Amino acid sequence: MAAFLLSFSYLFLSLILLKKPMNKLKPFSSDFDPLRHESPSVDKVGVEERVARIQTRSIKNESKIQGLKLVLNMIDLTTLEGKDTPGKVKQMCYKAMHLLDAHPGLPATAAVCVYPSMVGIAKAAVKGSDVKIASVSTAFPSGQAPLNVKLDDTRFAVENGADEIDMVISRGKFLSGEYQFVFDEIAAIKEACGKARLKVILETGELVTLDNVRKASDIAIHAGADFIKTSTGKIQPAATMQVTYTMLMAIKDHYDRTGVMIGMKPAGGISTAKAALHYLVMVKETLGDAWLSNEWFRFGASSLANDVLMQIIKMETGVYQSSDYFSID
Amino acid sequence: MSRLEILKTYKIYIGGQFPRTESGRYYQIQDGKGKVIGNICMSSKKDVRNAVSAARKTFGGWAERSAFNRSQILYRIAEMLEGRRDQFINELMIQGSSKANAEKEIDLTIDRTVYYAGWCDKYQQLLSSVNPVSSAHFNFSVVEPTGVVSIIADENSSLIGMISLILPAIAGGNTCVVLASEKLPLCSITFAEVLNTSDLPAGVVNIVTGKRAELIEPMGNHMDVNATVYSGSNADEIKKLKELAVQNVKRVKTYNKKWMNEESQDLYMISDLQEVKTTWHPIENIGGATSSY
Repeated sequence: MAAFLLSFSYLFLSLILLKKPMNKLKPFSSDFDPLRHESPSVDKVGVEERVARIQTRSIKNESKIQGLKLVLNMIDLTTLEGKDTPGKVKQMCYKAMHLLDAHPGLPATAAVCVYPSMVGIAKAAVKGSDVKIASVSTAFPSGQAPLNVKLDDTRFAVENGADEIDMVISRGKFLSGEYQFVFDEIAAIKEACGKARLKVILETGELVTLDNVRKASDIAIHAGADFIKTSTGKIQPAATMQVTYTMLMAIKDHYDRTGVMIGMKPAGGISTAKAALHYLVMVKETLGDAWLSNEWFRFGASSLANDVLMQIIKMETGVYQSSDYFSID
Repeated sequence: MSRLEILKTYKIYIGGQFPRTESGRYYQIQDGKGKVIGNICMSSKKDVRNAVSAARKTFGGWAERSAFNRSQILYRIAEMLEGRRDQFINELMIQGSSKANAEKEIDLTIDRTVYYAGWCDKYQQLLSSVNPVSSAHFNFSVVEPTGVVSIIADENSSLIGMISLILPAIAGGNTCVVLASEKLPLCSITFAEVLNTSDLPAGVVNIVTGKRAELIEPMGNHMDVNATVYSGSNADEIKKLKELAVQNVKRVKTYNKKWMNEESQDLYMISDLQEVKTTWHPIENIGGATSSY
């Protein structure tokens, strides 16, 4: 009975709120604030059609090889398992720097992505190379911890040498409409990051709708994210083209309003060279060439690197490759 | 009112599905009187690649099935073949076979399926061994499936020449990619429909149709294919396959048998696609000073 009354009063309250004239501004006005204004709504059917068209672009062989090398250079080679050991992390760091020694001229990956406890080991392992260390933090992957724990988690990673912090937002709070909480948390972590760049993981697989993805993107961007990232990789679905497109549009609108560039990192579920090229096409056609470098675009992946390598070798030899002849990851 | 006959589209079989070729190409085949019998997919090397990926993906699971379960599934294929007996006879006759020969071919196909179903849980015992060695080891060899097998089916047979190669491969726990006969492809697709309703996991058998001259190369040089099986006697094709196999030292097996003979089936067709794993297990000397094991 009490529950019934409670839900009834919520209904009543929301009716009042709806009746109140909303203080809406045009979504593209320069003083847009996601905590006070509605984010532009997302046309799901339109997004799907646009994404489907992007996937049909034909790419000539020479561009494809260039694209694949760019993909390698944009990968955050990732291991985020409970069973990670220093040995596994060192081996992955070696792989990040030496993707395929038998084939000279390939770039290293952009970064390696590990848990905070592995940051020190990874930092030592990539010493002297351009490979950066990204660390997940804020009680990854669930984010279910008090703010002080999340701050400690972040500071620990930064003190151990992390160049980049991948934080998760509090999805429960977001879905309950507590946008201010989510905003404040991101802002606090951003402060704790110091010089490290902050990637904010929205975990879009739990956000249900593209409208929510757009809202979360706007909040993260306004709270100080340097990058917005789709997923932890622990929830299905992880990165999809539709979700990434929606986030890219949030970045584009922000750039058009303020001139400030924000990076994008789809993560989880991108395991083929072909899919990765589709993402590059999408970035080029939405944000433009300026984003086509690992400073502004990353792939969070573990098995993608091998597929790209196999594809590069296939294009040069004409023979389809087998994973038997590439390093295990 | 007269009824418009619904003609069957012969599509290829990859990963338990019936896609059209990704290339969008097709070729026509004709019966003896020059009448067109069907539009057949002219597969490309990308279709072969997709088929190999499907076969690789399912290989681990299929190889680890219990021998008895593989046997059950092969027997189930025989049951499904029996149910479609008339359809196969009809298709064989459309492709120029006499009724008597068509009946013989489908009957032999069913019997051969049951024959290899029987072998599934028996070949390991016959092909494995305990080996005499002169050290304090228990030494034994067991057979394991080779992996993904590409099969170039017999060009002069629509059904029996193809299944005679597929069955020993899958009975032994391999997965395969099959290139059907170019001029007699009808039964290959109907056989795929049989497989698809036989509890055979998707991807264990994948069948493509198309031009031999074009597809032998991707069937032979794919690095993720572990063995190639060929039926026929075209010396140029055999030479080419052997050359292509060099890159990853594929096993190449060629057969030139009369598949309509009841004897054209044996244990050695299974063992041709098996790898021998030998294990040395240290033990105390048993059985006195001179005994080796």
